[in-house]
Amino acid sequence: MKKSDVPQDKSALEHFTREVCYVKNEDGHYDTELSTGWETKKVALDEAWKEIERRTSDAREKIKRGEASPILFFMEEKLMDYTVLAGYTGIWKFRIKRHLKPGVFRKLNDSVLQRYADAFEVSVHELKNFKA
Amino acid sequence: MSEFIHHQTAHCENGVTVSLLKHHGVDFISEPLAFGMGSGLFYIHIPFMTVNNGPAISFRTMPGAIFKRTCKALDVKVERKKFKDSKDAMAFLDAKLAQGIQVGCQVGVFHLPYFPKEYRFHFNAHNLIVFGKEGDRYLVSDPVMEVTTSISAEELEKVRFAKGALAPRGHLYYPVEVHKITTEQIQNGIRKGIKRNCRDMLNIPGSVAGVKGIVHTSKKIRGWREKLGPRQAGLYLGQIVRMQEEIGTGGGGFRFLYAAFLEEAAAIMQNDELLRVSEKMTKAGDLWRDSALQMSGIYKGRLTEQKDFEACADLLVEISAVEKDAFKDLSKIKL
Repeated sequence: MKKSDVPQDKSALEHFTREVCYVKNEDGHYDTELSTGWETKKVALDEAWKEIERRTSDAREKIKRGEASPILFFMEEKLMDYTVLAGYTGIWKFRIKRHLKPGVFRKLNDSVLQRYADAFEVSVHELKNFKA
Repeated sequence: MSEFIHHQTAHCENGVTVSLLKHHGVDFISEPLAFGMGSGLFYIHIPFMTVNNGPAISFRTMPGAIFKRTCKALDVKVERKKFKDSKDAMAFLDAKLAQGIQVGCQVGVFHLPYFPKEYRFHFNAHNLIVFGKEGDRYLVSDPVMEVTTSISAEELEKVRFAKGALAPRGHLYYPVEVHKITTEQIQNGIRKGIKRNCRDMLNIPGSVAGVKGIVHTSKKIRGWREKLGPRQAGLYLGQIVRMQEEIGTGGGGFRFLYAAFLEEAAAIMQNDELLRVSEKMTKAGDLWRDSALQMSGIYKGRLTEQKDFEACADLLVEISAVEKDAFKDLSKIKL
């Protein structure tokens, strides 16, 4: 890539930083150039976020239909998979999977709920009374 | 100890390596040199694994390896520590800062307050330098940022104890002993770095790593539209583009960075043959950018046919051939 070809597109990096790109300068030697972003990869990131929103609203629907507990919504919203959630809560993955069932979730005591609430950075009250 | 100077780099681990070494008087070190001596370039498509619901692909070697190898090549003694308890981890950091020592820290980016929200995924192999403390705020030099910043004790503790894959567990590291480095040591470091990188790209058994891994991905891409449907397949391609081009790569999946290393190495080794390989790596980087453009046509919804996926796959096959040729050539050069 030539220095003059470095894209300077609008991206999520705006107001935060510019990124270093390795490029060829006019003499054909390597040099660095700062870039504000590249539209091609900005769209990739935007699409990834649209997918996260889609998964979050899917989770809402499932909770409404009584197919999942509120944990699913917060997991999707906080981009967590089972490994990450197990790490933050200290609860084993297979137990988390059980807690995704609304019936099991309703019977959880507050100390377990507190661990989920801390991981999701919400209160136990919000977790218990989540309206999909 | 002299005042700390922030160096912005493309990649965080290279940046921490460069800044910490420069601070200890290793003036010649540059990001491309650290990357090359640490055999940073790689390709792997990890099978049966997904990351953020997409393919697990990496264009660089495993986290931590660049710092470790570069320091070893230069005979720099490094102290590293992980912690069970976060309070111990913070106390240890405070003690080091009080001694005027700058410390590299592994952190997760999900809770990193100065990153744009769009970039905050559960990625735990980010690196930064804590170079001081003012009141209860820690002074942070994050190599991918243009300027230094500061974060609160609570925030730092949280990112140092992020959870999930590659959880940092408070991991910190810093050079303790740096001797005078001879030109011969640098040349040996380059020699070894190149040799190891040729091995990684050409000789790893199986079909998922090195130049063969790129062909492996191309085969997968040919089947994605049928198997996943156009929307999900597009997201998968988007993930490849992000791994390849996002902040931290220097562009073209680290290929431009490696080409820059070979150019620097040519001068240090006084061997112009390396320039020829540098050109080939530049070509590979340019082709990766082309393939990103082709893939973006798909995830933008502009291209939807099977032939468009085939075109992406064909480009990857071409890239694999270019890189294979480059590394074969590189492995034959007498250094």
